[in-house]
Amino acid sequence: MDMNVKKKLGLKEKYALMTRSLGWETSYEPMDAVFPQTRYEGIRIHDWDKWEDPFRLTMDAYWKYQAEKERKLYAIVDAYAQNNGHLGVTDARYINALKIFLSAVPSLEYNAHRGFARLGRELPGVGPQIACQMQAIDEIRHAQTQIHSLSNYNRFYNGFHDWKHMNDRLWYLSVPKSFFEDACTCGPFEFIIAIGFSFEYVLTNLVFVPFISGAAYNGDMGAMTFGFSAQSDEARHMTLGLEVIKFMLEQDPANLPIIQAWIDKWVWRGVRLLSIVAMLMDYMLPKRIMSWKEAWEVYFEENGMALFKDLARYGIKVPDCVELIKKEKDHLSHQAWNAFYTAGKMTNFHTWLPTEEEMDWLSSKYPDTFDRLYRPRFEHYREMEKQGKRFYNTTLPMLCQVCQIPMLFTEADDPTQISYRQVTHQGDKYHFCSDHCQHIFEREPDKYVEAWLPAHQIWQGNCFAEGADPGAPDFDPLKSVLDYWHLVYGRDNLDFEGSEDQKNFAAWRAQATRN
Amino acid sequence: MHIDLRTVAITPLRHTFDHIARRIGADKAASRYQEGTLDIQPSANLQYRPTWDPAHQLYDPARTAIVMQDWYAFKDPRQFYYGTYTLARARMQEAAEAGFDFVETRGLGDLMPDDVRRRALDVLVPLRHVAYGANLNNVGMCAYGYGTAVTQPCMYQGMDHLGIAQYLTRIGLWLAGPAELEDGRSHWLGDGRWQPLRRQVENSLVVKDWFELFVAQNLVQDGLLYPLVYAHFVDRRLNAEGGAAVSMVCAFMNEWFAESSRWVDATVKTAAAESPANAALIAGWLAHWRGRVREALLPVAELAFDQDGEKVLDTVTEAFDARVAKLGVALKEGGHV
Ligand SMILES: [Fe+2]
Ligand SMILES: [Fe+2]
Repeated sequence: MDMNVKKKLGLKEKYALMTRSLGWETSYEPMDAVFPQTRYEGIRIHDWDKWEDPFRLTMDAYWKYQAEKERKLYAIVDAYAQNNGHLGVTDARYINALKIFLSAVPSLEYNAHRGFARLGRELPGVGPQIACQMQAIDEIRHAQTQIHSLSNYNRFYNGFHDWKHMNDRLWYLSVPKSFFEDACTCGPFEFIIAIGFSFEYVLTNLVFVPFISGAAYNGDMGAMTFGFSAQSDEARHMTLGLEVIKFMLEQDPANLPIIQAWIDKWVWRGVRLLSIVAMLMDYMLPKRIMSWKEAWEVYFEENGMALFKDLARYGIKVPDCVELIKKEKDHLSHQAWNAFYTAGKMTNFHTWLPTEEEMDWLSSKYPDTFDRLYRPRFEHYREMEKQGKRFYNTTLPMLCQVCQIPMLFTEADDPTQISYRQVTHQGDKYHFCSDHCQHIFEREPDKYVEAWLPAHQIWQGNCFAEGADPGAPDFDPLKSVLDYWHLVYGRDNLDFEGSEDQKNFAAWRAQATRN
Repeated sequence: MHIDLRTVAITPLRHTFDHIARRIGADKAASRYQEGTLDIQPSANLQYRPTWDPAHQLYDPARTAIVMQDWYAFKDPRQFYYGTYTLARARMQEAAEAGFDFVETRGLGDLMPDDVRRRALDVLVPLRHVAYGANLNNVGMCAYGYGTAVTQPCMYQGMDHLGIAQYLTRIGLWLAGPAELEDGRSHWLGDGRWQPLRRQVENSLVVKDWFELFVAQNLVQDGLLYPLVYAHFVDRRLNAEGGAAVSMVCAFMNEWFAESSRWVDATVKTAAAESPANAALIAGWLAHWRGRVREALLPVAELAFDQDGEKVLDTVTEAFDARVAKLGVALKEGGHV
């Protein structure tokens, strides 16, 4: 850090002068009025001064380092666009992974940006405040670098064109949307456990590996570059997440049960959110890195468990849901892809059946389940395709009230039985995909009854195109809902085979590789 | 697999995203500022009530009394998104670093007359806390404001104030040492001449309407304090009395104030031009905070300029009033206090 001072001060001391010594105990206004959000969650903090700064970055150094990163990143993004780098990706199916990315992830980053801004304002200790502020400004960086890097794909391919509109409306995008809005509507302490710890620290590798290494493996320099460029920010965010949880646990033993409940909830919420990543790894990357199951084993069962072992001295236990996830890992990606393949009329990306070769890869990675349970299903679809009857399901699935994923997961010990839970609350019935989602609901029913479930909203008539008349004789509800989503039938959706993207990519690539 | 691509011209299917095209037309390429800003805040089908503010939605335009038909009518004339923001600040910090380097390596602090150094420290060091208050306020406006067009620059403004608080800390360390920062802090907490300003800062920290806070903090408080301290005190008085070295290390603050004021003015102007109701609200806030801030700054002005304090503050206020006159907001209460 650029701090030349006359007196020899230790780094830690210097940084304290640059940060925490700026604050003071207010007296013209009560501290509780200046920081009104710190008490209601029941977390007890006795001494904010005990906070250990997880990194020591002053603003001048921050501007300097970050600007250097931006300069490099945008140079690569510009060159990649100029040279039509998109024509160098493994195969045009890959681009569909980016459509999911754009319509889901920048909005998550954006919510993280605003959420951390709130913490940067509301946490009473200057040390954690400033650490959160830096994460807040980093997160808008992530949103913007993602949008800017993928902007060029939008110029040439379908499905990207109205990502923000879709993020607020499209059925499957309510899964990431509700996850982050759930976190952002929590108190500051739960928010930072949810995002700073459970998401950034425990699960972030499981997002990073498939998207960023996936991009690298599949020849996508553009997406790879913003991913790698975000890595040094993520390293700071992860140390913040870990520092926060340790600090809270050390401040008061009464914090432990509250924090444990939050960890249980948010690890489960996070893993459910990752279902889509699981399917992306196993089905959407033409060149695969590793299977979802392998990634889960390395990044959660090994690395994640080491972390929980480290936290055991505070009394933190491994969340119960881990047992179920272990059982689900053989099924998750196949069930998810099956759901999206069949819902292919209602997606902003193309779907397809795995090739023979890809199915063999899946068999080798999932020897206990793929051939027995999932290959036959895909072969059946293939038969239908051959007869010109590509299967599309257009009925609206029932959604889990908490994670908002359609009821597509099976019972852990019986893959023929859809897992389904039900609770009656104040006279209304609510449905859940699992015990864990049910428990989350039962702890805070008032919160989760307010969920905006796309399928339910469609049934209630809240998702038709502007000005549509559902009473008209020629009213086509599916078409009207697609219009509400701004999803262009025949261009954004349906099978990859025969799509405009497929044809354009082939033609453009031929043009660019012809001698 | 590596593929050699020849450079070929292929015709794009579209120029930008639909939500941008709906605003600027489909036939134009959008700038990175536009694609990274317009409409990117979630705005429909918001889920769950915030436990910290159940009366509002997570993103809710009603957290201020200001009403806008389109919250993306706000524009940052600097067109800052993260990339351009950090590049602009990296350039400024490089200059600031060169300034510190220059005065430190040449021992210019020691060459300064003692009374000038003393006065510089007395005025500048407690302002660290004022800058920190401004940091919190702007980060709060980012958190609770509506629409990225206005919340994004508030984030940057907040980080700028943190940077300024840290530069002031460095000035204290350079001219004296850590004990001086402690002294400055006790003046901030107990010295009668700083109490009106501390009261003003603390009062601003509990303002609930974020646009009122914008007016109080970014337009009024900064608008009076920066010219008073950095233009009149540092650049004129200290410069004239042998303290030019201080003005070298405050170049950041002057440049920053000139630059960020363009955004503050544009923001207030846009809100006021939206409706007479907005303009009246802003006028009320302006009158209220202008009086309060002037009162709070008077003892600081006297610390800086002795018996001329009030005169200098009047000059600064006149210039401020002239600036505000261009924003479409009436100055109430007979204008000049
Ligand atoms: Fe991020
Ligand atoms: Fe669920």
